[in-house]
Amino acid sequence: MHIYIDFHIHTALSPCGDSDMTPNNIVNMAKLKGLDAIAITDHNSCENAKSCIEAGKTAGILVIPGMEIQTREDVHALCLFRNIESAMTFQDLVYNSLPQLKNRPNVFGEQILFDCRDNVIGINDRLLLTSSNISFNEACNLVKKLNGAFIPAHIDRNSFSVIYNLGFIPDNLPIKTVEYSKYEDLKRLKDSKIIKPDYRFIKSSDAHYLWDILERESFIDVDEFTVSNIIDVL
Amino acid sequence: MKVSDLVEKLNLKVVSGFGGIEKEVKGVYTCDLLSWVMSHAVKGNAWITVQVHPNIIAVASLLELSCIIIPEDIEIEDVTLEKSNQEAIPVIKSSMNSYELCLKLSQIGV
Repeated sequence: MHIYIDFHIHTALSPCGDSDMTPNNIVNMAKLKGLDAIAITDHNSCENAKSCIEAGKTAGILVIPGMEIQTREDVHALCLFRNIESAMTFQDLVYNSLPQLKNRPNVFGEQILFDCRDNVIGINDRLLLTSSNISFNEACNLVKKLNGAFIPAHIDRNSFSVIYNLGFIPDNLPIKTVEYSKYEDLKRLKDSKIIKPDYRFIKSSDAHYLWDILERESFIDVDEFTVSNIIDVL
Repeated sequence: MKVSDLVEKLNLKVVSGFGGIEKEVKGVYTCDLLSWVMSHAVKGNAWITVQVHPNIIAVASLLELSCIIIPEDIEIEDVTLEKSNQEAIPVIKSSMNSYELCLKLSQIGV
């Protein structure tokens, strides 16, 4: 079965995320756009994932708990999990490896926590927009240990991508899927043989504003429409 | 100048890849974006980088760089050290930062 997806969406917990990126705004916009499943992937945090999953149940859209980690090498990767418990376990590891610095909202933006009804329930005051001290390889192996999916993010971009920062995707890691932003840029990488063609390539929005969320353009095929089956495929 | 001369003159520490310490050093390159290094560094360069991911060995090997210098006493991943031994690419550690290393390397004529 084809399911239409956008597995890279930020809430207002990401300092660069718009304040309109609340759980209900996101799931309802995704629903309006005709998506079947989305993932919530804030920078180095999963704290809004649970509220988004609950809001998704009300709206009728599948929400996968996730994080966009920034590794020691300044590489961004999506870490998607089967359940909120695994996401929180991973979040603890990442929080312990972040520098003990406070966010400066006037420079980076607010980091807002919501409940499933979009009420503001707190502010995260850690500096999230920075590198954890977990390497790209360690992050991949940790996510796999938690039975999650590790997806190098926007590999076609010239910032925070594994290919730009580390030259190429290490081939000794259990990576099946990679994310791209623009087909033309992905094609350039494929044509120059910088990336092997045997990955699964998924397009995501990296939405920081509601209008960025994808329409029905990126899909995967699954046997069953469940979070577990989607993670298996990825 | 050989890698071993450079190490001796600046009192640096080779941590792996001893098989390559007699390689000839031709110039210095410093950059931390590996894709950029791949398209700009040239054969024989001593490469200064804060990256310690195993991919640095692949890049150095591909371009036939003479050695990799890791500044500021950054801890290096074990897999990186193993690969450097396999590829005979000397990995050298220093407490200096990249700028200080460049100055010193210039002073000894690299």
